[in-house]
Amino acid sequence: MKFVCFHLMPYRPLDLEAAKKYRSAWVVLPNSFYDPEKGAAEYESYLDQLVYAEQLGFDAIGVNEHHQTAYGLMPAPNLIASALIQRTKKVQIAVLGRALPLVNNPINIAEEFAMLDVLSKGRLIAGFVRGIGAEYHSTGVNPAFSHERFHEAHDLIVKAWTTPGPFEFEGDHFRLRYVNLWPRPYQQPRPPVWIPSMGSRETVVWASAPERKYPFMVTFSPESAVVRYHNMYREAAQTHGYAASGSQLGWAAPIYVADSDARARDEAKAGIESLFNNFLPMPYEMLLPPGYTSNASMKATIKLRPALGAWPRKQSIDELIANGTVVIGSPATVREKIERVRDQTGFDILITLLQFGVLPDHLARRNMELFAGEVMPKLR
Amino acid sequence: MGADRLVTRGVSVRVRRAGSGPPALFLHGARGWPGWLSFFDRVSQRYALTVPEHPCFGASDDPPWLQDVTDLAMYYLDVLDHAYASPVHVIGHSLGGWIAAEAAVRNSGRIGSLTLLAPAGIRVKGVPPGDNFIWSPEEGARAAFYEQSFVEARLKETPASETDLDIELQNKLAAVKFGWSPRWLNPNLEKWLHRITVPTQIIWGREDALLPSAYAKLWSEHLPSAKVSIIEACGHSPHIEHADLVGDEVLAFLAGVRA
Repeated sequence: MKFVCFHLMPYRPLDLEAAKKYRSAWVVLPNSFYDPEKGAAEYESYLDQLVYAEQLGFDAIGVNEHHQTAYGLMPAPNLIASALIQRTKKVQIAVLGRALPLVNNPINIAEEFAMLDVLSKGRLIAGFVRGIGAEYHSTGVNPAFSHERFHEAHDLIVKAWTTPGPFEFEGDHFRLRYVNLWPRPYQQPRPPVWIPSMGSRETVVWASAPERKYPFMVTFSPESAVVRYHNMYREAAQTHGYAASGSQLGWAAPIYVADSDARARDEAKAGIESLFNNFLPMPYEMLLPPGYTSNASMKATIKLRPALGAWPRKQSIDELIANGTVVIGSPATVREKIERVRDQTGFDILITLLQFGVLPDHLARRNMELFAGEVMPKLR
Repeated sequence: MGADRLVTRGVSVRVRRAGSGPPALFLHGARGWPGWLSFFDRVSQRYALTVPEHPCFGASDDPPWLQDVTDLAMYYLDVLDHAYASPVHVIGHSLGGWIAAEAAVRNSGRIGSLTLLAPAGIRVKGVPPGDNFIWSPEEGARAAFYEQSFVEARLKETPASETDLDIELQNKLAAVKFGWSPRWLNPNLEKWLHRITVPTQIIWGREDALLPSAYAKLWSEHLPSAKVSIIEACGHSPHIEHADLVGDEVLAFLAGVRA
């Protein structure tokens, strides 16, 4: 199993009570809540944690992109990746991912990823995502064209990495007379591409196609959904005529380890509940603007998950532990929970979120040490 | 006023018709095909009124080439050419007003007159429209009307069937396609409004919370001969909230237009 130490870089000094007056911690939460000095300290702590992950033996360290939110302070994750490259030697750097439809020229993403790959001498893992619904509000990009723009930007970026330039690209959304990357990526023919997703059949079928075989990462989902999407990927691969390997299946989850189940729960509670009840929530209109998912998926969501529209949402750590969205407990408990999913799907990439919500540095670092020392070796 | 289909160059849309007399065409707003309104009864007393459901909306065709409001405007110029022998009185609400204006700047030859009810398409810098895409359904209803009784009635509307739910989702998708970015605006429309040379009236609810009534002044600056009416105690749908008053205004205006 391959282990990624992943970070969202939330803004922990947020006044959670005062912030509740707003529709969401995304898009509309006034940035007067943000203090640049405290923000600088947050970056410093978080970069130190990710650098520490290399010493602890993680295979990769990961960051991602979110805009106009206290949930994550990385509107430009490649800047963080670049800093991490300078402070690490061997660990892979996973940007999970860049939101392709949100840019007006995807070549910027192809170029930046190529630079990171060369700077790191081939340590980059390139994640491609569509961004979440709220980001269509914060960028103004029309969600009705989200899927089209994602696919077209993807085709352009991969072609720019793998086809000698200059060439012309003629799409519906992106048209470029000259595509000719300087620098080209270090890894040949291209850096590995991973697809993190909340899950949708369309994405699974696309990612698993033989010409791509992109590893698919299920994020922030109950255990049953993780198992369902992994097996959906395996079935899609079968339909494409091959057997998917475990290295194509990933699971991203908040994880917390302490010496006992009770202690782990108590220490993780504030962090987990702030993540799910303060940093993450947003109403339907922000989460799923029309076009972001197909009308059919939208209808299924309205029917199957009416609670998603209920506002405000409140989930306790005990519910989240019970349904397996978060993995929390003693080293043995955490190991067993991960093995239980592995037994059902054979997945081989675990993306661990070891700092979450307001979880303070000292607990995050101890969590990382315990996970790396007591859980990771037995799962390898 | 039963529903029928109108086919223009291979695009089939739902349509309702009523009345006889000179032809009139009503272009609906972004919420979708409005069903039959008492305002339509009023207009169809003297005009042969057609109320199509725009392509991309509801159960009309959703042609992939139709990408933005200027495409809708060209589509309606095709409709005017194919379905009518004489100039048509075009009445448009909100998105429909925007479509009508885009069509008229391109070619007013088949348009007898233009009635714009709280039209989208241009905006006053520094006076943003309301954000209907971030509002909850309740906020949207409260912003749509001035009179609370209309709000309460709208809040009680829920899709009665699977088909109604499909239509509602398709309407929301179409609204996003045409209105998301920039919000309810074509930055290139304002500079061509002088090309509208047909008789025009502009009607706006004073208390419009979606498209502020301050926009009426900008329209009238570009269309100095247009008749402008601001309806007091009225939100974004003057033809619904003050159906009789607005019906009378529209009929009086149309009566004065030389055929």
